[in-house]
Amino acid sequence: MIEIHDLHKYFGTLHVLKGIDLNVEKGEVLSVIGASGSGKSTLLYCINGLEPVQQGRVVVDGTDVHAKGTDINKLRQRLGMVFQQWNSFPHLTALENVALAPKIVKGKSKAEAREIAAQQLRHVGLGEKLAVYPSALSGGQQQRLAIARALAMEPEYMLFDEATSALDPELVGEVLETMRMLAEEGMTMICVTHEMGFARDVSDRVAFFHQGVMEEIGPPEQIFSNAQSEHTRKFLANVR
Amino acid sequence: MFDYNFHWRPVMKSLPDLLDAAFLTLQVAVLAMVLGIIIGLCLALIRMHMKGPIRWLASCWVELARNTPALFQLFFFGFGLGAFGLHLSPYMIVLAGLTFNCAGYLAENFRGGFNAVPDTQLRASRSLGMTAWQAYTRIVIPQVFRIVYHPITNQMVWAVLMSSLGMLVGFRELSGETQFFASRTFRIFEYFAVTAVIYYVIVKLILIASRLLATRLFRY
Repeated sequence: MIEIHDLHKYFGTLHVLKGIDLNVEKGEVLSVIGASGSGKSTLLYCINGLEPVQQGRVVVDGTDVHAKGTDINKLRQRLGMVFQQWNSFPHLTALENVALAPKIVKGKSKAEAREIAAQQLRHVGLGEKLAVYPSALSGGQQQRLAIARALAMEPEYMLFDEATSALDPELVGEVLETMRMLAEEGMTMICVTHEMGFARDVSDRVAFFHQGVMEEIGPPEQIFSNAQSEHTRKFLANVR
Repeated sequence: MFDYNFHWRPVMKSLPDLLDAAFLTLQVAVLAMVLGIIIGLCLALIRMHMKGPIRWLASCWVELARNTPALFQLFFFGFGLGAFGLHLSPYMIVLAGLTFNCAGYLAENFRGGFNAVPDTQLRASRSLGMTAWQAYTRIVIPQVFRIVYHPITNQMVWAVLMSSLGMLVGFRELSGETQFFASRTFRIFEYFAVTAVIYYVIVKLILIASRLLATRLFRY
């Protein structure tokens, strides 16, 4: 379970997150929507400790992410992350991209790591591309590679930071399909997304962020057809 | 008007000595490059990540190495330190001077290389649970090395050619040795012509080796 208590985040004097309270249960799929600059992505970075926070706490399965004594590298193994810019490692083949972290972070043997990697790549539909370098993959394939890479660490949670925003429109579908598959397998997911269709169909809850505040959270039906907040309604009217 | 008579025999007789000296040239250039790469990498990292006097020192190093003649840098390690009673052997003077110069130039190459690798690569690595050290050694630096590979090759060539300044501080590398024989036999043109060919061949071999290595190292 991910528990977020009164989370505040500043970039210099810019107050990006203004007291977020949010719990994400095991097995839940939460979509986070909102305009650019509303703090959605920053929230994800705070959850896995890539960004420090100024006030409040993020607790993952009982461990305070930002506490002094926390082994952040250990904790991050529970939190897979997929980025908007897919960030495949260009100097490694698809298989090596995925096998590296299990090997050097988890200490798996080379053979074992490669086996895990091959399995995860097949899982996301890249079984034919094991020996290929990322430069020879499409954006959608690279993003699926990034998903496989995160999954190879056997995380408890997956954080998706606008995983389809940088993709050509015709490649968005394959990545969403992969995310949908993960959701169906019961993965706990927090998806920052601009894909309203995905948010509506796949998530258990949808949270709307507005200027660093979580304005509204609830089941998709409620957010999409019966939003309480004026800001939510306005945002949804504009994106549709 | 052109009544110069070529005499190649003395050159050919001392060819083994010249080749020995060429080996010394290559040796000092390679050593200076290895040290220069290590120090240059450190200088680049210091300038990017540290503050205060140590950063200032690193910046001074880079500025002095790049903005003054390499010859003066050699003279500094030779006559400069000598004036303070610290006498280095000619070999050490050339090695120190070349290392100083290469480290300065390479530091700038490395800095450019690091800037060319997006920060997000580091973030992605860390998000997988890698330590900062693992992320740097496995993800960032290999990419930096690809970016700076050809500049490093250039610097290697430059180090070989620059080592010829060694003859001005009494080091009998290839140029020093050539000068020595040339002034003894007065076959100055012949000696330097042959030596030029030797330099050319050394550099050509370095470039070929570099290209072969690149195709093995960089498959992406």
